[in-house]
Amino acid sequence: MHADRLAGVGVSPGAGYGPAHRLVRDVPEPPRAARHGGNARAELLRAEQALERVAADLAARGDQAGGEARDVLAAQAMMARDPDLAARVAELIEQGVAASRAVFDAFTGYRELLAAAGGYLAARAADLDDIRDRVVAALEGLALPGLPADPAEPYVLVARDLAPADTVLLDPATVVAFVTEEGGPTSHTAILARALGVPAVVGCAGAGAIPPGTPLLVDGSTGVVRLSPDEDEVARAVRAAEQSTALLAAVSGAGATADGHAVPLLANVGGPADIAAALAAGAEGVGLFRTEFLFLDRVDPPTWEEQQDAYREVFEAFSGSRVIVRVLDAGADKPLDFLPPPAPEPNPALGERGVRLFRRFPEVLAAQLEALARAAKGTSARVQVMAPMVATAEEAVWFGEACRAAGLPSAGVMIEIPAAALRAADLAAVTGFFSIGTNDLTQYTLAADREAGALAGLQDPWHPAVLDLVALTAAAAGGSGRDCGVCGEAAADPALACVFVGLGVTSLSMAASALPRVRAALARHTVDDCRRAAAAARAAGTASAARAAARAELPALADLSL
Amino acid sequence: MAERKVTVMSEVGLHARPAATFVQTAAQAPFDVTVAKFGVPPVNAKSILSVLALDVRQGETIVISADAEGADEFLDRLAAIASAP
Repeated sequence: MHADRLAGVGVSPGAGYGPAHRLVRDVPEPPRAARHGGNARAELLRAEQALERVAADLAARGDQAGGEARDVLAAQAMMARDPDLAARVAELIEQGVAASRAVFDAFTGYRELLAAAGGYLAARAADLDDIRDRVVAALEGLALPGLPADPAEPYVLVARDLAPADTVLLDPATVVAFVTEEGGPTSHTAILARALGVPAVVGCAGAGAIPPGTPLLVDGSTGVVRLSPDEDEVARAVRAAEQSTALLAAVSGAGATADGHAVPLLANVGGPADIAAALAAGAEGVGLFRTEFLFLDRVDPPTWEEQQDAYREVFEAFSGSRVIVRVLDAGADKPLDFLPPPAPEPNPALGERGVRLFRRFPEVLAAQLEALARAAKGTSARVQVMAPMVATAEEAVWFGEACRAAGLPSAGVMIEIPAAALRAADLAAVTGFFSIGTNDLTQYTLAADREAGALAGLQDPWHPAVLDLVALTAAAAGGSGRDCGVCGEAAADPALACVFVGLGVTSLSMAASALPRVRAALARHTVDDCRRAAAAARAAGTASAARAAARAELPALADLSL
Repeated sequence: MAERKVTVMSEVGLHARPAATFVQTAAQAPFDVTVAKFGVPPVNAKSILSVLALDVRQGETIVISADAEGADEFLDRLAAIASAP
């Protein structure tokens, strides 16, 4: 017997209904002593067929994905078809070892050779594990790791947590909602769900026990997951979601409060692929252009020539508008082979990441700034550049000088470290603008790692301590006549967006899919409403009390089903 | 026995794309092809896993060998791939 109702944290609003599909990541190791029945020839044939099936599947997925993913998956297919590997499998099967164990052992032999070499080859060891698991799953009749290749109907994806790698091929047309057991409002799952506009519930205890195929109704606003709901309930939920969408669509144009106070609404983009959605959602510019996409999965840094085309594509799409570029934010959860920290870091989130890594590798920053300056020439976009992980005014000065040397006059800093927020007045004196990164600011304020699911309760940007730091930052910016935006995921929360405006934030940047909700929420409230909501939230003692107190001052949110 | 001694010039060594191209080409040969690095026994040039595990870096010298009719033409192609910058 299973419960018919589970509760988690709603992190991406909307309603989704479909059968549960469990994302499998771990395939159990076949027993060490597993032997086949004695027909070595038949067993070998099974092994060969499984290897070929996996190779063909990997190659087909690569063709479907195209681009860089195609090369990666084609290389994996070559590994599954490796003649030396096949010979080793055959040898073990001749000795009586069962096909699945023979495959496991043959892969493990190569895995250890590659892992021992370190660097690029060690990363290929992880690829080998993935191929091995796929072949073992095929032989044992287990569900394949990863997403269903060709689902019969749209489904709800249920997982322990989602990693960026799980989502390369994720198609929003076939996934109607996410439910994860772990994760908080700033987890990868939450960020991805909001970027795709898919309803999501995270931190949902008991989700792991949902039987595959169970019909689920997911409410990404309240965090409630209903198992096998009746038809009426599904119809009501779908109707409410449609009404809300229609109300939101009725508001358009530049971001402003009900009394006409302008709050530019900008989009977070991760590369040229996100341009279309940002423009369609009416973004007034780009508040956070993440540039990591050019640097990930490479053994050496891209040259400025390689970078500038990608930058120009975004600048041209937003000609005449503001485009705020964040220089490479490597380290911590985004390590890069060519920017290694000097020694293993016990706490990567507190280690050499962001601007700190550039102090060690100034030539990588110089190449990126050069590419940005060249791409900006000849376009009318107002290009601004900001540095991540700035803790001190001295770092802000260093970054500003590097930008000016490259011919980029507008340099700013992200405020994501409490020290920077507490001394924001010092920073405002030496830098052009602020952009508050609420995910990291929350992580560092509450000392709660974003990736630690057990700490999800602390990773809440509604925490009054975080709101206090936002207030300090916005006040310091206002005092010096500087812009102070918020580009963290928190800006996508319509209630929190109003609170930020009440605290003095001057622009909001978020995933394109969140823009209509935030635009509608602002349009229904005055600046005074926002200030009252901000004061009420800061007067509260906990994150949940702050959320409730702010919402009480923002009555129109309920009308919008937000 | 025909053989070619070449220095690997690619920045990434005989890994990633150069390794894939090298192995795909070797796999077309209707005879055995081996590749060896100084001090290491030769491995099957048609095996991506064996070639990767050889861990040939930029600037290292390898010996590509085959013992068959028509081997020279194949070895020239493989040598060109391995020495391409």
